[in-house]
Amino acid sequence: MSAFSAIGEDREIDRDEYTPEIEPQPTWCPGCGDFGVLKSLKGALPEVGRTPEETLLVTGIGCSGKLNSYLDSYGFHTIHGRSLPVARAAKLANPGVEVIAAGGDGDGYGIGGNHFVHTARENHDMTYIVFNNEIFGLTKGQTSPTSPKGHKSKTQPHGSAKTPIRPLSMSLTSGASFVARTAAVNPNQAQRILKEAMEHDGFAHVDFLTQCPTWNKDAKQYVPYTDINESDDYDFDPTDRAEAQELMRETEDKLYEGEVLTGVYYRDDDRPSYQQEKQEIGEMPDEPLAERYFDDDYEWERSFDQFIDKHK
Amino acid sequence: MSHDELIWRIAGGSGDGIASTSQNFAKALMRSGLHVFTHRHYPSRIRGGHTYVEVRASADPVKSRGDGYNFLLALGDSFARNPQEDAYYGNEEAKPLAENLDELREGGVIVYDSGLLDPSEVPNFDERVEENDWHVYDIDLRSLAREQGREVMRNTAGVGVTCAITGIPLSAIEELMRDAMPEKILEPNVDILETGYDIVNEEYDVDAPDISVPTGEHDEEQLLMSGSDAIAYGAIDEGCRFIAGYPMTPWTEVFTIMSQNLPELGGISEQVEDEIAAAALAIGASHMGVKSMSGSSGGGFALMGEPLGLAEMTETPLVLIEAMRAGPSTGMPTKPEQADLEHVLYTSQGDSQRVVLAPGTVAEAYEASRRAFQLAYGYQIPTMIIYDQKLSGELTNVPASHFDREPNGDIGMTLTEDELADQPHTADGKFHRFQHEGENGVSPRSVPGQKGGHFLATGNEHNPAGHISEDPDNRVAQMNRRQRKLDAIRADLDDDGLLVEHGPEDAEYGILTFGSQQGTVEEAVDRLNDDGTSVKALSVAELAPYPVEAVRAFLDSVEEALVVEMNASAQFRGLTQKELGTHGEMLSSLLKYNGNPFEPAEIVEGFSTKIVEDGELPGNETKFVPAAGD
Repeated sequence: MSAFSAIGEDREIDRDEYTPEIEPQPTWCPGCGDFGVLKSLKGALPEVGRTPEETLLVTGIGCSGKLNSYLDSYGFHTIHGRSLPVARAAKLANPGVEVIAAGGDGDGYGIGGNHFVHTARENHDMTYIVFNNEIFGLTKGQTSPTSPKGHKSKTQPHGSAKTPIRPLSMSLTSGASFVARTAAVNPNQAQRILKEAMEHDGFAHVDFLTQCPTWNKDAKQYVPYTDINESDDYDFDPTDRAEAQELMRETEDKLYEGEVLTGVYYRDDDRPSYQQEKQEIGEMPDEPLAERYFDDDYEWERSFDQFIDKHK
Repeated sequence: MSHDELIWRIAGGSGDGIASTSQNFAKALMRSGLHVFTHRHYPSRIRGGHTYVEVRASADPVKSRGDGYNFLLALGDSFARNPQEDAYYGNEEAKPLAENLDELREGGVIVYDSGLLDPSEVPNFDERVEENDWHVYDIDLRSLAREQGREVMRNTAGVGVTCAITGIPLSAIEELMRDAMPEKILEPNVDILETGYDIVNEEYDVDAPDISVPTGEHDEEQLLMSGSDAIAYGAIDEGCRFIAGYPMTPWTEVFTIMSQNLPELGGISEQVEDEIAAAALAIGASHMGVKSMSGSSGGGFALMGEPLGLAEMTETPLVLIEAMRAGPSTGMPTKPEQADLEHVLYTSQGDSQRVVLAPGTVAEAYEASRRAFQLAYGYQIPTMIIYDQKLSGELTNVPASHFDREPNGDIGMTLTEDELADQPHTADGKFHRFQHEGENGVSPRSVPGQKGGHFLATGNEHNPAGHISEDPDNRVAQMNRRQRKLDAIRADLDDDGLLVEHGPEDAEYGILTFGSQQGTVEEAVDRLNDDGTSVKALSVAELAPYPVEAVRAFLDSVEEALVVEMNASAQFRGLTQKELGTHGEMLSSLLKYNGNPFEPAEIVEGFSTKIVEDGELPGNETKFVPAAGD
């Protein structure tokens, strides 16, 4: 019998289960895009049948990290840029838990960029939401990795000399098997995309445009937007890597020209997840490792019986 | 020359199989009943460059590499570069012979491969041989190996020659070769071994050996092991089934042993993008209820500072290994030093809430590793083991029975779902993971997936349910509870710890040391007492929380004490003075930081000249720092 009875529990789930009843109430600024992430996540989780206690939400630092405080589940609010390595080990230790990582664009594409590339490469079965507001919000408005070239801020008084990161293209190149962009102003699409991301067996990266009404007033509010999967203007197959690559590039360019394209850009449902790859080569047990520590009958192996002969 | 021990040095180039040959040789001597201890010297280079391994063997227990050595087997360096004399790296071709003469004892033996080494390239070779009464055997080992197998088998030829000169029976070596070598290369190697042996018997007078190997007998089965093996096995026996790491010398050893063994045990090893990720992964797995570890060496450990702090704040059990090497920065990657002590004690922001252990011997490395997991999981606190290349790369014999222990898969104060139901929760069902009270400062935890256990873990200060809180009363309550763990751990270790005293109880003087220098210091203490100096040693393997009472009692019992450590700034002495706040007037330091570990004679000499006689140290291998007061 599992020591984790919350996992795989078959019951109706109310979205309010994810809402803390008393405090804390969200402290994001009025009009902040982060509310949209919270709302769509609360909507998507019951849809995929995951309860708060079989869900682990791992966040980084910044306004986005506060998501953990306003979504009732197991949570791990880590340190700046390091949500992904914590999250992926959690998934390996107990694959039955739904693992979602989240952080801002500075967190994921800047300080944690190395982890992003490698987590995508390894294709861990988890969802990664990047709150992309093209700015450092909580530290009061500095230029971020996705800020447009020329963006002026207190730390870039003459305007940024840097071309922004291309988050979708970087994700695809790194090896993510599901890449999407959505926007806080489009909660229905966001909920649908998050649901698909969680159901996807592999690393699902969602670049979530979250407007910052306080520090990024110059930026568009991400309206109007076009859903590339729905629009007749785009004849597009998200399972075709070459088409995805082309459209991602166009999307990234157009954002800075004021046109917001969103949708699922790429998905490869055939690629094995990292867990499957590890198990295939005999480097990961079939039973969740975490169960072993709650199994009173488990006979722990001893180095004395297993390994010392070669030292004799 | 003393005949009661053999210190055999095999020298050649990196990549020529020096390490594996010496390991087999040491094991053969161990099996024959001797105590052995090896010392490894190698460059940070894949192919070529001067390398050697010493194997010290004696009928009595050996605790260090010893002083100098008495038998040189100089092989060629297949990958020697820059053979010109004024080249930056010197004349590498001659190094296996030229570099090793300074430490060879008077009356010692030199066997060199005349197929690859030319003594005329070694300055004053003949004069030095005569002066030191060295016995020289020039044998074309390369040709011998080439004729019967392949050139690389010259190591085996050299071992055959060694056996003939020292009287070690060939059967002992052959037996090991049969265990270790695949069929294809076994036969030629055996032939080469025998030919090497025969040549000496035919061409030299071996009836009166220049050196004979002592004989001994073990009263129980022995294992040849390094500190890295022992740390890995300690982890396995504590139920550690998850490791994450990034390669770095010398930490790579533990990482490799674990990675090779874990799949067999249904465990998981992850080689990841950097050390920040490595420590973060170990935290992630531990958070889920899996016993986990990570580790690195100096520079890699520096990257772990922030995740380490996260583990402290979220009270996630975590075991980290720090395999020290000479710093700062990249320093000397393959050389031992104990200069990361302060780095490990204090890295990461805020008040440190961690345990640091520094085992002194291979056997103690196993104990420290098991203890590290018990403390980390029992008290929900990061626990570090620091050690260095002196302990990681050196092999010694340990009784097999030392490892015949019960395994322990207990993850400490972690609740089951039934137990969780009786615990305090917030109105909306969040478990009070971080209660203000808690036995020994420990508040029991839940793990994700458990019903009734959800909470928030955060690197911010937090209230009992884990919510971010900057309330001053809560802050103080949480900080005090976390700090209380250290007092409880100290009490635990006071009951049953890792401190080792050596020498006469009523000794006049003391030597204080930590970590890997233990054996060398103890050997020096024995010699000093034999020579009439009354001295005892205390080896401290617990650095945080510091064993204040035990060290104070030791220092109170002596008139003066010398602190021996392998670094330039006397970090252990500084820590001791900070923790005690007293005894500064009586603590002087003997330091060594040239890349080589202390030899016992250096400690004897340092102690005698500075403490007993107040003279000047000869040479610049070690450095004396007088007492500075409190």
